[in-house]
Amino acid sequence: MLIATALAENIAGNASFLENWWNAVSPKLMDGTANFWETIYGEIYRNVIMEGRWLNYLKGLGVTLEVSFLAALVGVILGTVLALMKLSRTPWLSKPAGAYIHLIRSTPLLLQVLIINFGIFASVNVDKIIIGVIACGLNSAAYVAELIRGGIQSVDKGQTEAGRSLGLNGWQTMRLIVLPQAIKTALPSLCNEFIVLIKETSVLAYIALTDLTKAADYIRSRTFSPFTSYIVSALLYLAVISIFTKLVGKLERRLRRSDNR
Amino acid sequence: MITVEKLEKHFGKLHVLRGVDQHISQGEKVVVIGPSGSGKTTFLRCLNLLERPTGGRILFEGVDITDPKCDINRIRRKMGMVFQQFNLFPHLNILKNITLAPVQLKLMSQQEAEENAMRLLKRVGLSEKATVFPRQLSGGQQQRIAIVRALAMNPDVMLFDEPTSALDPEMVGEVLDVMKQLAEDGMTMVVVTHEMGFAREVGDRVLFMDEGLVVEEGTPAEIFEHPQQQRTRDFLQKVLK
Ligand SMILES: Nc1ncnc2c1ncn2[C@@H]1O[C@H](COP(=O)(O)OP(=O)(O)OP(=O)(O)O)[C@@H](O)[C@H]1O
Ligand SMILES: [Mg+2]
Repeated sequence: MLIATALAENIAGNASFLENWWNAVSPKLMDGTANFWETIYGEIYRNVIMEGRWLNYLKGLGVTLEVSFLAALVGVILGTVLALMKLSRTPWLSKPAGAYIHLIRSTPLLLQVLIINFGIFASVNVDKIIIGVIACGLNSAAYVAELIRGGIQSVDKGQTEAGRSLGLNGWQTMRLIVLPQAIKTALPSLCNEFIVLIKETSVLAYIALTDLTKAADYIRSRTFSPFTSYIVSALLYLAVISIFTKLVGKLERRLRRSDNR
Repeated sequence: MITVEKLEKHFGKLHVLRGVDQHISQGEKVVVIGPSGSGKTTFLRCLNLLERPTGGRILFEGVDITDPKCDINRIRRKMGMVFQQFNLFPHLNILKNITLAPVQLKLMSQQEAEENAMRLLKRVGLSEKATVFPRQLSGGQQQRIAIVRALAMNPDVMLFDEPTSALDPEMVGEVLDVMKQLAEDGMTMVVVTHEMGFAREVGDRVLFMDEGLVVEEGTPAEIFEHPQQQRTRDFLQKVLK
């Protein structure tokens, strides 16, 4: 954010030519004589540059990434526990895990968020970010659990037998031998789950968390542009997710290389 | 060392072991042969309880390991097992493969375990492979590492389930050589194998299994030169051609 503020000041200082242009364009916009490019420019100026609005987007993006990252952390930890529970031979572990996964995957995320916000945290004053992390984390855990369960089941059972035959107990064998291999197998899909999560946290705008989507809402309420701020937010999601997708692709190729060395 | 009494194993309705009685003494090399599906693998896996017997008892060093109160993890430390498919841990390098269990089970410090591993690797001629990963090794090398991994626990007995069956023919010899060396060192061994040459050379006693029973047993000379049972004769005729 420090860098962003410095950048803002810098731009504000050098922005006089933008401002001059705006001063020339805005009357045309008012009386409807602006041409196509002038309209576009006017929209961008009002929705991005004017009053340092681009900072709202960046702050929103920061919140989106923060919530996504923390929710992913909750999701991976809880998801691993759920996967182990669901694979357990003890019914009082596997049944609740199965029921939880089914429940989460069969209801809309938005409703889960609303229920957690207006139900569980109705009377307590908790930071919206924390509510968002909990709601999205609980949701993501169900999907992560299935990915990790798939990973565990793809590990040859000879691995477990080798571990047990050396005298390791069931948990040691799972933790040291099976889980590392399972997570490696599931890693690309886990990263994709994270990408999905980044987009899905946009439902948190409903509980007034100022994420990237809510930032667009806010700016629209100030500028009365019909949809320009949404396009800007969408482009930012696109940019961030394109970067992650590229990284996941790289990771996948590296894993594949290490598999047939 | 190991006493097996009336051992039975069902898989659902399938009656795979139908009352096996055996006594394996300290230092003895027992070779198990028999047709496919006769229960050899199941018998071996019952000895360290990878399969739970559905009847009978198994005593190991005087302890009834089929007793539900018995701490099987502790018993298994003393029983090394080598699998047909090697089952090395692909995410760990060779040294870690070997030292994982002794260190985790607090039998040795990391350093002791590594020294022990290097000594064993040297014995099987693979000391330069300590830092590579299993996938970088040939089948024969992997199986020798698997033997070393089991030996690193200082077991009292080694169980082998067709250790050379998954290998290309040119690699069978190097694994059998390691096993022969182990036999000469006095290790107690139970070996399921189709390598009749090995059985003859190394075995103190050969068990011929068929349909869940030890049909005939004796010294290699007795079994291979003078089989008493028709089923043994049929089997040997087929495998020796
Ligand atoms: N986990 C299992 N569930 C059901 N049936 C099994 C299981 N394991 C083995 N069997 C059956 O038990 C019988 C004996 O199998 P086992 O693997 O002990 O034979 P084997 O003598 O080792 O044969 P091979 O020489 O082919 O390895 C076979 O009919 C096999 O299909
Ligand atoms: Mg077998």
